[in-house]
Amino acid sequence: MKIPNGALLFACAVVLLASSVVDLGGGGISLGQEEQVIKVVAKRFEYSPNTITVKIGVPVDLEFTSLDRLHGFNCPGLSIRTDIYPGKVNRLQFVPQKKGTFPFHCDNFCGSGHEGMTGTLLVTD
Amino acid sequence: MKIDRRDFLKLAGIGGVVFASALTGIDRWAYGATSKARDFYFLQMSDSHWGFQGTAVNPDAAGTLKKAVAAVNGLRWKPDFIMFTGDLTHTTDDDKERRKRLAEFKGIVSALKVKNVHFMPGEHDAGLDEGAAFREAFGKTHYTFDHKGIHFIVVDNVSDPTSSIGDAQLQWLDTDLKKQRKDTPIVVFTHRPLFDLYPDWDWHTRDGAKAIDLLTPYTNVVVLYGHIHQRNDFMTGHIAHHAAQGLMYPLPAPGSQPKKAPVPWDPANPYRGLGFREVKAAVKNVQYAIAEYNVMGAKI
Repeated sequence: MKIPNGALLFACAVVLLASSVVDLGGGGISLGQEEQVIKVVAKRFEYSPNTITVKIGVPVDLEFTSLDRLHGFNCPGLSIRTDIYPGKVNRLQFVPQKKGTFPFHCDNFCGSGHEGMTGTLLVTD
Repeated sequence: MKIDRRDFLKLAGIGGVVFASALTGIDRWAYGATSKARDFYFLQMSDSHWGFQGTAVNPDAAGTLKKAVAAVNGLRWKPDFIMFTGDLTHTTDDDKERRKRLAEFKGIVSALKVKNVHFMPGEHDAGLDEGAAFREAFGKTHYTFDHKGIHFIVVDNVSDPTSSIGDAQLQWLDTDLKKQRKDTPIVVFTHRPLFDLYPDWDWHTRDGAKAIDLLTPYTNVVVLYGHIHQRNDFMTGHIAHHAAQGLMYPLPAPGSQPKKAPVPWDPANPYRGLGFREVKAAVKNVQYAIAEYNVMGAKI
């Protein structure tokens, strides 16, 4: 089926508009119209980024990779967690339902700095 | 002169460290199995973190465990046994250093006059090698033993780095429990809390609820654990959970500050928050099982 040029331009404009109204503020972020995709790199003993900002009610797709060993991501305030295995993308999908500041931490013991491997997930309007 | 153990601890600079934990349901223990049960006490020592360095937190890191060993050796009445509930050593990423620390710890506690001593790992001992170095030094990471009518179960919730007990060990626990009567007095030792004490600080066991479910049908169960470096008492149903102080540095109360960090050393109160636990097992209500025999010696 041939798509009229005008319709294509209109679709692109919609995507750009959606991107512009969702300012996530974190690093390594790409946006679709219906989800917030955020790449997070874990290594001993830190996350990058370690502050993740998402919008309430918009689906989130966290894509974790580990540079060294098994880590974890546990955010008890939002009741979400995943293991982060090296050598693969570890995906965690959720829809934030409440605003606030929620700490997260590595919950797979990873060494001498394990207890400081923490971050913050911000859910905003 | 033999001095009272509390006075000794004060002299050793570890004042106020001993408390007695009455085990719940203990007054019921005399009935049934506990024809073998007699009053006794044991000690729980925990979280010595041998190898830790940090003068702001403990300027006597190399001396605190030795002081505690001396304090225990000075007790007027010897405990029947001592249980170390994990984090014997402070973690290191170096396998050789881990083994060295475990050997040094073992050497220090070998000075204990009480020779009936049990060990279990914490995540600092076992989390990076799934318990390999610990097993070389001390043997199994989960096991049971019986003492004077009480069944003790050591559950390993640290060798799996995901802070889990794991299905295989849960099956082992289930099999062991099925051999016990429902009213058997049971003491469970763990390193991490089995319940969700404060998951934000990783103070939980991921599949701990499964263990609690297995224990719940048993009416006389107490769980003694370490990990959080402070006393904490909590009930899940009828099961009491008691956390012990550590022997290197205290940690703040759950959720009392944004980040978990050791409590700084207080020069005005050295060794505050450090110590060990005395647990008395006291049989309060003696009951008698009476049987009648005829003159030929046959039970009637």
